[in-house]
Amino acid sequence: MGLSEILGVLLGLGVLAGTTFLPKRAIRPLAAVLVAGLAFVALRITASVLVAAVVALALAALAFRFLPIVALRRVVFLAPALVVLVYATALLMYAAPGNPFANERVAAPEVEAALRAQYGVPESATEFFFIYVRRLVAEGTLGPSIKVQGRMVEDLLGPAFPVSLSLGLFALILAVCFGLVLGVVAGLKKNSVADHASMALALVGISLPNFVIGAGLIILFALWLGVLPVAGWGGYAHLVMPAVALALPNAAVIARLARSGTVEVMQQDYIRAARAKGLPESWVVGKHALRGAVIPVVSFLGPAAAATMTGSFVVEVLFGVPGMGQWFVKGAVNRDYSVVLGTAIVYFALIIAFNLLVDLAYAWLDPRIADEREASE
Amino acid sequence: MTERGRSVWAEAGRRIVQNRMALLGAVMLAVIALACLLGPVVLDLDPHLTRPELRNRPPSADAWFGTDTLGRDLFARVLVGGRASLLVGIVATLVSVVVGVAVGMVAGFYGGKTDEILMRLVDFLYGLPYMFLVILVMLLFSETARGEMFPVFVALGLVQWLTMARIVRGQVLALRRREFVLAAELLGASDARVLFRHVLPNIAGVVIVYATLMVPSVIILESFLSFLGLGVALSWGQLVSEGVAVVNPVHSYWWLLFWPSLFLGLTLLSLNFLGDGLRDALDPKARE
Repeated sequence: MGLSEILGVLLGLGVLAGTTFLPKRAIRPLAAVLVAGLAFVALRITASVLVAAVVALALAALAFRFLPIVALRRVVFLAPALVVLVYATALLMYAAPGNPFANERVAAPEVEAALRAQYGVPESATEFFFIYVRRLVAEGTLGPSIKVQGRMVEDLLGPAFPVSLSLGLFALILAVCFGLVLGVVAGLKKNSVADHASMALALVGISLPNFVIGAGLIILFALWLGVLPVAGWGGYAHLVMPAVALALPNAAVIARLARSGTVEVMQQDYIRAARAKGLPESWVVGKHALRGAVIPVVSFLGPAAAATMTGSFVVEVLFGVPGMGQWFVKGAVNRDYSVVLGTAIVYFALIIAFNLLVDLAYAWLDPRIADEREASE
Repeated sequence: MTERGRSVWAEAGRRIVQNRMALLGAVMLAVIALACLLGPVVLDLDPHLTRPELRNRPPSADAWFGTDTLGRDLFARVLVGGRASLLVGIVATLVSVVVGVAVGMVAGFYGGKTDEILMRLVDFLYGLPYMFLVILVMLLFSETARGEMFPVFVALGLVQWLTMARIVRGQVLALRRREFVLAAELLGASDARVLFRHVLPNIAGVVIVYATLMVPSVIILESFLSFLGLGVALSWGQLVSEGVAVVNPVHSYWWLLFWPSLFLGLTLLSLNFLGDGLRDALDPKARE
């Protein structure tokens, strides 16, 4: 990694920091332009130029008109962040010892040079980055895989993407449902047996790596009871164990957050007021307490999504799930630069999309937060 | 008759001793750490000695935890592996405490744009699948230091400081407006003096609490790396993943999975007990 490349990363970080100080008027149009750009590049991979352009413009118009300023600010920050991250990933891959052609039985440097030209993998990471980005924008492709002969990266990730997405979403939903129920019950009956039992369960969830939980599930449900398949992918039965293993650590954190949120909200005056005017307890809890429990959980969803992806690297390997995590790990170990960059782009794009959804949910649940930020600007 | 004032620390000590779970965690942790540290020396155990005639033996009087697929004594391996896991947990945590406290103090103390920029970056990094970064950083050392602990310290220290930075920033932000800090500044103390003499001692308790809670998550991350074949050569994570690898319907070598998982789980549980207890003792405001 040379000096100019480190300067490049620092420049990128500077731009990121600079977005904080953009005047409010600039945010909305800038965000719309960025949404159009991101959507165009993403759609271009699977659709024709015309379709991609039309849909991208439509999305940009919707974002311009309807997204709250909090979400737009996030777009303005995350879009350049995506570029910085992809560049940093390329630099790290190049800085790692070895290269994708090191194992080939090609002694002659001309052969390696020819291969490098063919795959668009020059000696310099910066050149590689620019070739990659140009190919992505102009041709709408994530490039050829270097190690999997004759396949494009989007062909490899195409089938893997829905697998990882459904596993991750299912695990997140499971974690939220399970964690909320556990946390709210514990918070409502503070210091009761139910409280202590739920929190003990949560502590166990935090204290075991997900692959230990996963191995336990395999032994119990697949080997002893024989009710679920050991590994692989296909039907709903294959989804259950990996999703549970992936969900439990997050469910534990969510349960703790929901508990303290519930405990806090139950001490509020408006709860006492609701009770005093004779509302049934179920109404008090359902209408008021639940909101207090949900808000801290929603703000944890962004990091929870990241943690789910992180965990899925391991869980996918354990259960033989053909998802993107496997491709990332394989690509990183084999130095398949284009596969690593491709998975990086898809993961980061997913994170951006997910964070936008969380922002929307947050603004909807607690309008004060969206307003406050807007008012303070 | 005057009653002697008790210091914050003495008060905290009293509270932690009264907290049974925290005490249990501390004792369990001490027992496990001592066993890992002294056990192999006292009992003269060799975790690398292969005995092909004793492959995959269940626990017995000879090998308490059984033997693995190469006939190595699992008891020795669990104890020696524990050293690596605990050391990784502690050192990577120290790295991230130093980085996190530094960033958090600067952000909270100087405030304004410095704060805004730093916290933006922290927020952003917080939302990334950090395993991504960890794996890429581990690759940098894949030839020079494969299976050693140093790369793990660096890679995990790099991603774990974020929570600490956030917490420290919040604390410093509150301390910043307190009279004794203002007084020190008015008396002409330098920023460094104010930070180290007045601010740091007041956030020490909170830092200790969250450092304790960080150790288990570092140990879990190391076990992820081991599972993917990128971690320390002999650690609990490595042993658990060896145990996972032999889970199959034909024969059951349950001890290969059970013992390392038990030690890993008990250690993480005690660290969490201890951390929660410390939080109740040192950071009473965080208690519901």
